[in-house]
Amino acid sequence: MKNTSTRIKLFFSYVLLVVISVICLYPAVWIIISSFRPGGAMYSPTFLPDRFTMEHYTSLFNDKSFVFGRWYMNTLKIAVYSTIFGTLGTTIVAYVLSRFRFKARRTTMSTILVLNMFPSFMSLVAVFLLFYQFELLDTHLALIIVYSCGAPVGGAFIVKGFFDTIPRSLEESARIDGASHLKVFSRIMLPLCKPILIYMSVTIFVGAWVDFVLARFLLRSREQWTVAVGLWDLATNFRTANFTMFAAGCVLVAVPITILFMMMQRFIVEGLTSGANKG
Amino acid sequence: MRGFSLKASALSLVAPGLGQIYNKQLIKGLVFLAIDALGLWYFINHLYQAVWGVVTLGEKAQQRVKVGKLTQVIQGDHSIKLLIEGLIILIIFCLFILFYVQAIRDAHRVGKLREEGGTIPAFKKTAGSLLDRNFHITMLSLPTLGVLFLTIMPIIFGIMIAFTNYSAPSYIPPKSLVDWVGFKTFSDLLTFKTWSYTFWNVLTWTVEWAIMATVTTYFGGMLVAMLIQQPGIRFKKLWRTIFIIPFAIPQLCSALIMNNLFNGEFGPVNQYLAFFGIDKIGWLSDPNWAKFTVVLVNSWFGIPVTMMLMLGVLTTIPRDLYEAADVDGASAIQKFWNITMPRVLFVTAPVLITQFAGNINNFNAIFLLTGGGPANGSYQFAGHTDLLVTWLYGLTYNNNKFNFAAAIGIIIFVIIASISIFSYRQTKSFKEEDMVQ
Repeated sequence: MKNTSTRIKLFFSYVLLVVISVICLYPAVWIIISSFRPGGAMYSPTFLPDRFTMEHYTSLFNDKSFVFGRWYMNTLKIAVYSTIFGTLGTTIVAYVLSRFRFKARRTTMSTILVLNMFPSFMSLVAVFLLFYQFELLDTHLALIIVYSCGAPVGGAFIVKGFFDTIPRSLEESARIDGASHLKVFSRIMLPLCKPILIYMSVTIFVGAWVDFVLARFLLRSREQWTVAVGLWDLATNFRTANFTMFAAGCVLVAVPITILFMMMQRFIVEGLTSGANKG
Repeated sequence: MRGFSLKASALSLVAPGLGQIYNKQLIKGLVFLAIDALGLWYFINHLYQAVWGVVTLGEKAQQRVKVGKLTQVIQGDHSIKLLIEGLIILIIFCLFILFYVQAIRDAHRVGKLREEGGTIPAFKKTAGSLLDRNFHITMLSLPTLGVLFLTIMPIIFGIMIAFTNYSAPSYIPPKSLVDWVGFKTFSDLLTFKTWSYTFWNVLTWTVEWAIMATVTTYFGGMLVAMLIQQPGIRFKKLWRTIFIIPFAIPQLCSALIMNNLFNGEFGPVNQYLAFFGIDKIGWLSDPNWAKFTVVLVNSWFGIPVTMMLMLGVLTTIPRDLYEAADVDGASAIQKFWNITMPRVLFVTAPVLITQFAGNINNFNAIFLLTGGGPANGSYQFAGHTDLLVTWLYGLTYNNNKFNFAAAIGIIIFVIIASISIFSYRQTKSFKEEDMVQ
């Protein structure tokens, strides 16, 4: 009796799991298949097309108005530099806040908290004007600066929470042995906080990769764009006329990030959990 | 040996660096003097202009003068440029004052040391302390400068804009000047008929949305996690990996995909419904359906994250609690409400609050899915599903109502701040932890 009811329960659980899996995967599968479908229409009488084509992808790389190859390089450049500088800045700020006791410490922490409460769009006009003043509009440097400088504001607390859990005695003994602060930081602390550093780097990298608001605002000429801006352009101006091309663009933007996420899954879950619990 | 400290501070008050030289710290003194000279030279030329610019926002408007048959445009003051330049210079001036004060204090400190007969630290040692005792100053200076100019300055600028009349069509430089108007923008927003109607409705929807989005993802995530965690379910890792996929796809892409999936005319969802003989539904074009759709789709984005959190939390609940309940003959529902729920809620309460605050500002979910639409004719530049933050965006980008956008930004800040102060104070990271050993 008990056995049958458990079996029925398990059966329904499996059915539910399969249904949820289909819901989870359907949008991705649909867009991938659409990107290989000949013609430009969204509507298709059958789920699978009668033949597959690569033409949408080739046209995204070779079309006059779409230069995805170039955009990839632009995005990669911006994302990599932002990740390096952003992670470095975040780690430094977090380390100092976690390990040093100085007068402005509480003020600094409160300031970071307050800054996080403002909607980021509020500062866009000023950022635009600032780069206009320094003639950095339409350059990748502008975006790298913004992403790198924004990173400590967003991430310092998560990393600090992680540093707080590392015992102090570890670095104290190193200090007694004569290691400088710089050495303690680079040789002891950094290797220990690898998981959170990976989480931080992925967050910054992905943030730079998918940002279409600020990038669209600061990058004026088409050849300077990033993939996210290109995709946004596809979505707003070409979707109805050429949906399959938009689908191909979507795949191009999403695939690297999805792979990165799946590879780094362990660290991301760890970072998210610690970030959510805030230490 | 008296009065070193007083004399040194007085000298540094005249010019930072003099006190240091008096204290026989020659190199340090010269460095300070150089910074001082540079600063003075800069501010003599710029400070007045900066203050004038920020206070008046320019006095000469652009003029059109008829010269013969041609109209010539004589450029006036550009209020917004004056404001931002002034702001930058004032911030640099604050940094300079800070340096000035520190130099005086330094002279005082070293003077005191001399009075007490201590040795004056050599320049090499002072510089060395930046890597040792004052390591935090070295490390923080660059990030602080970055944050100061790219985050703090823009936000101050944004706050200031809320108190001006910087908006289309009448007050857009360089064509015309912008003026300080005090709290007029806020009072317009709250009392002007169309503006206040829009504001209250958008605010109400924002709160409704935040509650619904948080609750659906929270319980959805919990249920999915429990489903996987059930005893007897096999391939747990496989299910988990599949369910994480929506989270791994960047939201920019998935939201745009969803926008097409729910397309009223050609979208596959309506296509499948038609197969079952159900009429086309305006998922994104009908106001009520659109609100439903954004919450529904948002749970697709959000459930994977809460699922991962819940999976972690669920494993921390001791097994024997359930076994004891089984012995007592508790039903599954009783076990859920009396064991699982209280435990999970206790651990995840801060997450719940953070997610609520995050959903108030959930720009991507709304903007990429509906763009705020369907449009609402009786709203001021907003649609049925617009949140405060997407409304702000639209006002800035499409309608150039910068002052209203800034005012809304401040209001969002107030809302988020009141929610956060409560929750942040509770977290370990902020409490004066004083050092985990």
